[in-house]
Amino acid sequence: MEYSPPPFFKTGPTPLARLLIFAALSLAFLVADVRFNYLDSLRQVAAVVVYPLQRIAAAPASIARRIGDFFTTHSSLREDNARLRRENFENAALLLQLRALQAENWQLRELLGARKRLDIELAAAEVLYAARDPFSRKLVIDRGSQQGVQAGQPVVDDRGLVGQVTRAYPWLAEVTLVTDKGQFVPVQNVRNGLRAVLSGTGSDGALELRFIPLNADFRNGDVLVTSGIDGVYPPGLPVARVAQVEHGADQIFARITCAPLAGVANHTHLLVVRGSRELPQRPVDEKKKARGKKPRKG
Amino acid sequence: MADMRFAPQEILLPVRAGFIALTLIAALMLNLLPWSGAWLWLKPDFVALVVLYWCIEQPRKVGFVSAWMMGLIMDVADGTLLGQHALAYSILAYAGIVLHRRVRMFAGTSQVVHVLLLLMMNDLIVLAIRLAAGADFPGLQYFTGTFVAAAFWLPLGALLKLPLRPRADPDL
Repeated sequence: MEYSPPPFFKTGPTPLARLLIFAALSLAFLVADVRFNYLDSLRQVAAVVVYPLQRIAAAPASIARRIGDFFTTHSSLREDNARLRRENFENAALLLQLRALQAENWQLRELLGARKRLDIELAAAEVLYAARDPFSRKLVIDRGSQQGVQAGQPVVDDRGLVGQVTRAYPWLAEVTLVTDKGQFVPVQNVRNGLRAVLSGTGSDGALELRFIPLNADFRNGDVLVTSGIDGVYPPGLPVARVAQVEHGADQIFARITCAPLAGVANHTHLLVVRGSRELPQRPVDEKKKARGKKPRKG
Repeated sequence: MADMRFAPQEILLPVRAGFIALTLIAALMLNLLPWSGAWLWLKPDFVALVVLYWCIEQPRKVGFVSAWMMGLIMDVADGTLLGQHALAYSILAYAGIVLHRRVRMFAGTSQVVHVLLLLMMNDLIVLAIRLAAGADFPGLQYFTGTFVAAAFWLPLGALLKLPLRPRADPDL
């Protein structure tokens, strides 16, 4: 028999027992989140609770930015204005050309009976903050599912592809940058039309083309644009420029490093590309059909 | 003669639950500030720091439930795996509760060393979870925030004790 003094204070289960309960609960959450994506609804609810705190916390920075905007000098405003007028004038001519070409393109496509290309609809969003997770490359923007932002939509800036919306909350959305380790973009070389898959490396300013045979025609300075064959990214968005091609004699594949064209790490404003293309139905894999699992986006 | 390594015993006013909740929310707000670039590496995890503080100072009032809930909130706010902070904070709370008598005995830097090791353990748990889930090690700068957090420990203690000091004799 074990003897112990009568408890003076009722403290419930011992700390170790409690730890085991909570650790088991956390592990269950982790597994459910990583393996099965079961907890999205819980995440949505918690996100709504945290939202006001996030907005309040992000407020000082955006107010500071606005104050900075307010105190821009007269001369810089005039310079900007003149420059923008000139650019607008030049762009107007280009736009007219583009419209004519677009109309011609539609006509030709209709003659050929081909599927229409997508009309891109852009929605501007402000970056609230870069996500604080040191293991991934993500941004949080101030547009969410209430404004029509959905997971899977591409995000661009004025120079090219920035990333993809990976999680949409009611008033916020999480954008995974192209430089994130788990982010893949199907691309095409502008110079010769070669297709490949571009993957992030997890460090800012570096992307990688993996598993490209040694004799593939990629050169320094080649521009890569989205190929559009995945149905996620519209075709023709600039993504990256080839920065370095290494052909090791002892390697099977070439090492091709690229630099993103968009200012991936430094933004205050971004554009979310909305509007979906009508794609033919994906052929359903019999095994997946049996399991009832959705194909992964991206 | 009192040994300077050991903390003087101090009698404070009882802590109200509302005050603890307020400090936790304040810590959460500090974590949610738009940290970026080098600041992100230097940023201490204020929530871990405050959770650990209350687990050591008030182990009967703050414990696993609040630590775990704060962890879940952090996971949602940061968009990380749901449960990684929850697990790390639960273990941190356990260590704080089990060691609270020991840590409170020490004063000054010897207390900070204890805290540094506990926070480091917190970091290592998060790191282990992420590595297991397939992420890359982000580099040694990952741990800088912990050292900054340990440096914040003594000021934080002084700050949180301020409202709990009894006023000068209320009968006068």
